[in-house]
Amino acid sequence: MLSLLPVPLSELLAATVEHIDLCLVSLALACGVAFPLGVWLARKPKLSDPMLTALGALYTIPSLAMLAILVPLLGLGRGSAIVALVLYAQFILLHSVILGMQSVDRASIEAAQGLGLSPLRIFTLVEAPMAMPVWISGLRHATLSTLSIATTAAWIHAGGLGTLIFEGLSQNNTGKILAGAVLISALALCFDTLLKAVENEAAVIAAGQAS
Amino acid sequence: MNTIRFEEVSKGFPGMEHPALYPTSLSIEAGSFVTVLGSSGSGKTTLLKLINRLYQPDSGKIRVHGEDISKAAATCLRRKIGYVIQHIGLFQHLTIAHNIAIVPEILKWPKAKIALRVDELLELVGLEPGQYRDRYPRQLSGGQQQRVGLARALAGDPGILLMDEPFGALDALIREKLQDELLAIQHRLKKTVVFVTHDVQEALRLGDQAIIMHQGRVQQFDTPLHILASPANEFVSRLLSAEDPYRRFALMQAGTLASPIPGGMAQQAHSGVPVIRDTQTLNDALKALLQAPSDYILVENAERSLLGRLTLDALKQQARLHAPHQAEREDRALC
Repeated sequence: MLSLLPVPLSELLAATVEHIDLCLVSLALACGVAFPLGVWLARKPKLSDPMLTALGALYTIPSLAMLAILVPLLGLGRGSAIVALVLYAQFILLHSVILGMQSVDRASIEAAQGLGLSPLRIFTLVEAPMAMPVWISGLRHATLSTLSIATTAAWIHAGGLGTLIFEGLSQNNTGKILAGAVLISALALCFDTLLKAVENEAAVIAAGQAS
Repeated sequence: MNTIRFEEVSKGFPGMEHPALYPTSLSIEAGSFVTVLGSSGSGKTTLLKLINRLYQPDSGKIRVHGEDISKAAATCLRRKIGYVIQHIGLFQHLTIAHNIAIVPEILKWPKAKIALRVDELLELVGLEPGQYRDRYPRQLSGGQQQRVGLARALAGDPGILLMDEPFGALDALIREKLQDELLAIQHRLKKTVVFVTHDVQEALRLGDQAIIMHQGRVQQFDTPLHILASPANEFVSRLLSAEDPYRRFALMQAGTLASPIPGGMAQQAHSGVPVIRDTQTLNDALKALLQAPSDYILVENAERSLLGRLTLDALKQQARLHAPHQAEREDRALC
C-alpha cells in the first residue's frame, strides 16, 4: 500500500511539518505586528485609511513576482519567504484588527469611561472581548491565505509542500503534484475548521452566552 | 452646600461656529435633583460631560465637593460620580451581576461584599436578584437594561449621579414608571442628580430645580414652579408654552397647589369628593374638578395620606397668572 505513494511517507511528513512551521512562524510574526499597530491605528482613521490602501495594493502583487523582488534583496530560502508571507498577512490582519476595534459598541466604551475605567482596563475588559470574533475571523482568513501562498515559497527553496508540486511539475510526475495539492487542501480544511470553531465560541462569548 | 460649581466655564468644539457652552457659572446644591432641559445643540450634554471630565473645558474651573476637578485624575473623579446614558452601554459579554460589580471590583472590595452590594442594588432598582443576577444584558428588555445601568452607576456609592437622557429611548409607559422609581430612589439615597433631557414634562416633573439651556447659554435656573410662573425670557416662555394655561397645567403637579383643609370641615363632609395623587398634573385635577360634586378635590401623596385640597379658585388664579403678558401683546397688535 505504502509503495503506491508517489513519494516516501517520511518525505511527505517532513514537507508537511516544514509547511506548517513556515506558516505558523510567519503568522506569529504578522500578528505581533498587526495587533498592536491595528489597535493603535483604530483611533486614527486619517492614518489607518491610507495605510490599508497601501497594504491592499501590496496584496494584489502576485506572490511569484513578490518573491522575485525579494530574492535579490534577502537571498534565497526561508527568510525571504517569511518576509513575503508576513507582508501578505498584514493586509488581512490589520484590516480585521481595526474593523474589530471599530465594531465595539460606542455606548459601552462611553459607559466604561464614565465608570472610571483606565484606557488599559477598557481595552481588556470591554474592547478586546467584543472585538474578538472579528479578530479571529481575520486570523482565519490570514491563515488560509498564508497556507496557500506558502506553496510558492518552495520556488525560492524555502521548503514545504510546494516542493512536491514544483518537483512534480519539472519531473512530469502527476502523483507528486496531486500529493502536494491534496495535503495543502487538507491542511487548509483542518485550520479552517479549528479556527471557525474558535470564532463561533468568541462570538457567543461577545454576545453574552445563553441565547 | 454646593456639590458642583461652575466658574466661568466655557467649551467649544473644532469646526463649530459657536461655542457649545458660553462662559457659565452656576452651582448645584448637595442632595438636589437638577434637570437640564434643552434641544439638541443647546449645550446640555456638554454641560454634563464637563462634570466627569469626558470633556475638558476651554476656560474656567469646575469644582466638585470644593475641589478643582482638573487637579484630580479623571479615572478617580469618575469613580465618585455615577454616569447613566441613553444608550445604556451595558457590557453584553458580562452577566448582570458582573456589569454592576465593575466599579466595586476596581475599588478592590472583598468578593463577599461585592456580592451583597450587587443583590442590594438589584433590589433597589426593582429586579429580583435570584432571577436576574446571572442573566446577560441581551436577555433583558430596554427598561430592565436601564435599571441595570442605574444599578451599575450606583455601585460604588457615588455622591453624584449624572444622567444623560436615560429614559429617552423607552416608551412612555415605562418611562413614567422609571421616573417615579428614580424619584423614590433619590428620595431615599439623597444623591445629587444632574439629569439631562429634551422632554419639558420630564424636566419639570423630576427636578427640584431645572436649568433651561439654549444655544450654549443657561436661560433660566430655578424651581419648576418659578420657571412656569415667571419665565425669564421669550425663549423659556415659548418652550413651556407658558401663556397657554391648559398646556401649563399639563406641566404642573397637583401637589403644588394643594392648600390646607379648613379646620371646621368634618371628615365625613368629604365623602364622594374625588382624590388625586400629588404627582398628577393640574389637567388631571381640572378633569376631576369638573366631575366633582364639590368645588374642590382632595390631594394625597404616595403613602395615601391627605396633603390638602385643591380648589377651582386656585386653578383659576393659576390660569390668570400670565394674563398681563397676553394683554400687552394684544396692545401691540392693535398699534
